[in-house]
Amino acid sequence: MRIVTLVKYVPDATGERGFSEDGTVDREGTDGRLSELDEYAVEQSLRLAEASDDEVEVVALTMGPDDAADAIKKALQIGASSGVHVCDDDIAGSDALGTSLVLAAAIRKLEPDLVITGMASTDGVMGVLPAMLSERLGWPGLTLAHTVELDGRTLTVVRDGDTASQRVQAELPAVLSVTDQSGEPRYPGLKNVMAAKKKKVEEWDLDDLGLEADAVGAAAALTTVRETAPRPPRQAGRVVTDSDGSGAAALTEFLTAGKYV
Amino acid sequence: MGSVIVLAEAGEQGVSKPTLELLTLARRLGEPVAVVVGEPAGGVVETLGRYGATAVLTAAEPALQEGLPAPRAEALAQLAGDRQASVVLLTSTPDAKDVAGRLAVRLTAALVTDATDVRSGEGGVVTRQSVFAGSWTVEAASTADVAVVTVKPNSVEAEEAPVEPAVETVQVTLSETSTAVRVLESSPKAATGRPELTEAAIVVSGGRGTGGDFAAVEAFADALGAAVGASRAAVDSGWYPHAYQIGQTGKTVSPQLYVAAGISGAIQHRAGMQTSRAVVAVNKDPEAPIFEMADLGVVGDLHTVLPAVTEQLRDARG
Repeated sequence: MRIVTLVKYVPDATGERGFSEDGTVDREGTDGRLSELDEYAVEQSLRLAEASDDEVEVVALTMGPDDAADAIKKALQIGASSGVHVCDDDIAGSDALGTSLVLAAAIRKLEPDLVITGMASTDGVMGVLPAMLSERLGWPGLTLAHTVELDGRTLTVVRDGDTASQRVQAELPAVLSVTDQSGEPRYPGLKNVMAAKKKKVEEWDLDDLGLEADAVGAAAALTTVRETAPRPPRQAGRVVTDSDGSGAAALTEFLTAGKYV
Repeated sequence: MGSVIVLAEAGEQGVSKPTLELLTLARRLGEPVAVVVGEPAGGVVETLGRYGATAVLTAAEPALQEGLPAPRAEALAQLAGDRQASVVLLTSTPDAKDVAGRLAVRLTAALVTDATDVRSGEGGVVTRQSVFAGSWTVEAASTADVAVVTVKPNSVEAEEAPVEPAVETVQVTLSETSTAVRVLESSPKAATGRPELTEAAIVVSGGRGTGGDFAAVEAFADALGAAVGASRAAVDSGWYPHAYQIGQTGKTVSPQLYVAAGISGAIQHRAGMQTSRAVVAVNKDPEAPIFEMADLGVVGDLHTVLPAVTEQLRDARG
């Protein structure tokens, strides 16, 4: 069995994040890392692999510029078997439609039984990619799962929907997205970090995927960023140190003055 | 003007507030057409009309009523095609974003999630979003024939514009692919009697400083008619259910007023609340970063401050 786990290299959320002049995310001036939410996807892939009687290969797949390889490296250290990095200058500036087109093509080429993703990236946070891949591949999409069970080729998950928690089921091949409630990701041990160096990472470009350059990237994007602006930082207001009820009095006054009551 | 399809959230308790906000936005863009899944409960059609829905389409296929995204996306794609819709609007929730992503693939549509504003531009709709934990705003223009936009609750004040809607029951054809996921069991989330977290005008959240006791937070919230949220620290400690977590990996809220009680204000938490109109912080630690962004900060114990205010509010009300 083969599991493809999607990983993304994102600007560290605890640092300063911003945009380049062309309206794309600035990846130069910030430190990057494997998107925290993707670690849950890698973890879940490994758990399914360990629970299976068959041999399971876990392929970490990413797309993006050179730096993106670091996301694969981290996934390999955590325990993925191999990596695929889709890298092509023409991909730059892709919107979600373009991104899902490229990833779906790479997934088809890998012919996996299961695709596992995190619930969203920590930079774009659209959270739409698993659904778009399910739609493009024509495979059932089991999204926002916090409990995952695989029995033969039947995948059963508990998903956290808007209004209900639902136990849902589908047959492989399928697309699965897991939440941060699905199980704490493991840390890569020294042995795995060493072993990761020997694992194979393939680089693919658009030709390898049979995609035309004008089908993806900024040229094909259906939304154009017109303006990006840093939001003025929130200012600190009045601070009252509570003593003998002065804190409560200040808060009550704030609520009354602001007509919140 | 083209049709603007609005996926309505409507049930026994009526039409959701974000749906009314979507209709208000839809009127700027074209003729609002509301889509209701299932047989509309009493008053639903009237409410949708009062907020400007010129047509109400109801689709009652069982697979749609199960609530999974794939069948809903297929149905909306058909309705958008039939009506030659230029825009489809949905409320920004995880399920609706799933629907939106699928719909964008089906319609080859421009896709924008978590918009805080939508208006007509020359080539197509123009949207605003706040990104990177609310620290940047992005304005984007659609260049496609169709745009699919999910809008955050509280982005606009819902305004009435009464019309008499044409009601139509529609048949949609659902493929095997979009119904490949079977629902084995469904447990509706328990109603709390409080407003929906993402829709509430006021949100009161508790963190590590509660020490696991949310009674003061809840009583204060109830005195204000507010929703209750929790920080990741509180959720990870098992003090409050995950469904109420606010922050990067939980819900994002932008209420009129956000009260952070016993929450230090780590970036992961700020990501979920920093677009709130006003922020109040109550924390014992004067160095807590939350004070840097609070309109009013109270350095003190939430277990003393909040009950005192709750009592003062109750007294004032008589």
